[in-house]
Amino acid sequence: MFSQSEREITYAEAIREALFEEMRRDPQVFIIGEDVAEAGTPFKVLSGLVEEFGKDRVIDSPISESGFSGVGIGAAMTGMRPVVDIMFGDFIGLAMDQIANQAAKVHYMSGGKMKVPIVFRTTLGATRRSAAQHSQSLHAWVSHVPGLLVAIPSTPYDAKGLLKTAIRNNNPVVFFEDKMMYKLKGPVPATDYTVPFGLADIKRAGKDITLVATSSMVQVALGAAEMLNEIGIDAEVIDPRTTTPLDRQTLIDSAKKTSRAIVVDEGYQGYGVTAEIASVIADGAFYYLDAPVKRMGAMDVPIPFSPVLEDLTVPTEEAVYQMARSLCGRN
Amino acid sequence: MKGKADIAVTPQDRSTDVEHWLHAYEQMAKIRMFEEKVNELYMKAYMPGLAHLYSGQEAIAVGVCEALRRDDFITSTHRGHGHCLAKGAAIDKMFAELLGKEAGFCRGKGGSMHIADPASGNLGANAIVGGSMGIATGAAFSAKMRGSDQVAVCFFGEGALGQGLLYEVMNMASLWKLPVIYVCENNLYGEYTYYSEMLAGEITERARAFGIYTETIDGQDVQQVYATTQKLVDRARRGEGPAFLECKTYRYYGHHVGDINREYYRPKREEKEWMTKRDPLKILAERLIGQKLSDQAVLDHIQAEVLAEVEAGVQFAINAPYPDKSEVTQDVFAV
Repeated sequence: MFSQSEREITYAEAIREALFEEMRRDPQVFIIGEDVAEAGTPFKVLSGLVEEFGKDRVIDSPISESGFSGVGIGAAMTGMRPVVDIMFGDFIGLAMDQIANQAAKVHYMSGGKMKVPIVFRTTLGATRRSAAQHSQSLHAWVSHVPGLLVAIPSTPYDAKGLLKTAIRNNNPVVFFEDKMMYKLKGPVPATDYTVPFGLADIKRAGKDITLVATSSMVQVALGAAEMLNEIGIDAEVIDPRTTTPLDRQTLIDSAKKTSRAIVVDEGYQGYGVTAEIASVIADGAFYYLDAPVKRMGAMDVPIPFSPVLEDLTVPTEEAVYQMARSLCGRN
Repeated sequence: MKGKADIAVTPQDRSTDVEHWLHAYEQMAKIRMFEEKVNELYMKAYMPGLAHLYSGQEAIAVGVCEALRRDDFITSTHRGHGHCLAKGAAIDKMFAELLGKEAGFCRGKGGSMHIADPASGNLGANAIVGGSMGIATGAAFSAKMRGSDQVAVCFFGEGALGQGLLYEVMNMASLWKLPVIYVCENNLYGEYTYYSEMLAGEITERARAFGIYTETIDGQDVQQVYATTQKLVDRARRGEGPAFLECKTYRYYGHHVGDINREYYRPKREEKEWMTKRDPLKILAERLIGQKLSDQAVLDHIQAEVLAEVEAGVQFAINAPYPDKSEVTQDVFAV
């Protein structure tokens, strides 16, 4: 997609750049959350924003996820475009009534009269040794609620483009950033561009098996694809980029082409994103499939602290490789 | 910030402004008759779902909303018909919404507990107890950010004091001096339970802990509600921050229309006492007549006009078509 000479920045820098550009473009955009101003969040993703936009637009809030989410929703309903920072994805539980019962439903309940253009930025991803309450990938929770859009970018390019789309969208968007990817570098144009919602991206073209991977799992799937390549299996890696809306057609078309599919996602496997996507593929590509659609999610246990245990809970390149190999009859 | 001393400006005295009070009487009568009609529709099985009647509390919605401009915001509750009407919603479109008709305020998709009318500043009723406290505070936040002098009023019952969200947003409202007024309608019962059984400490002490100015008033006296709200609104518009207003009141009907046998949680004599001695319409009527500002004939005429409007609104709603089935998937997302 890009030449080698193209500028490379990190995932965190891409997020920050999207915020800089959107806040310059639209004075209605503001940021609210815990330690978002001078501290720039614990991940330093927002560093520098308060210096340009001031404390009136980069607003440090008390530790009150429900409260500042609600304040954001009320502001969004009355002419502003808040970007609400929920430090860890695990904390959306604290704000869930505001997100799922208020933001998600206002437009429909009001017969289309009111809009809630708000972005809830939060994180997902384990293996940071942060244990059970700072490591979960809970994007399935909000993907389950009609009225919410959910973006889960896997590259710096997608992170910038999807965040700009999220901010310009007139609906509540929950935007999940993989905290383990903040330092990942990739090509990102310095220009203004957006990535549309509901458009999957083929991260690696292939013909033998489809690996549908989201967010943190895209790098894992690409790694597995390289390993598979060495034994002559040509894997296609597809990233839906948003769970709502979901680009069903691209997923189905790929599975029809390859006849095999594995869905890899870091959310808990039970009742998770993998289940929804696998059913879409099973339904849409049934007569083309040579094997059952397989799912690989996080193990259904609270994320343990001990590194030895934590690493067991998340799909790895090796595990995806073995699953794909088996599915292709190459045991 | 304890007493009432920090109110510097005396608002315009409207105690003898007859037109103003006759209008307030009309608004209260409108709510009373609207709710009587809702009860009737429900009993006749015209109305699907739930209805939580506002009868008895009319002076609060009317007294507060009369002190607001049309572009000021309110958020409302499951017991929200009164707030809606007081802020300026049309009767016919409200009945249509209650019956699930397309002509309703929310195209029939919200119903009794979700009526919203942004054109009159009503950001919506909310069926989550205390659910709109964030929205009201956010509307005030937005007003301040946009450099407007709009204020936001958050209506809720004393039962909502059990919700943590209130304490989160009162903290922010006080820190940031937001133009929001928290109006606690203490009707003595949270669903089927006397409020003090579920509430430790004093109600207004909660707001005072955040440095928020508070008052407790008789919620049956529309003139007192109006005058107090006017002070609090002026104060908020001047940038002096939030306020918390506790209004003592009573709900004439049950928690909802189906809550008919109430004696296990409140005695009939208590209901009778409030209805005969503390009725907001009677209190205002007696005062206007006593001060010779009006007479019974004028009030009767208002009642008759309101009744006609309510009857016409019901007929409109009954005759109105239901939404087309294709509506079910419309407006999940905004364009």
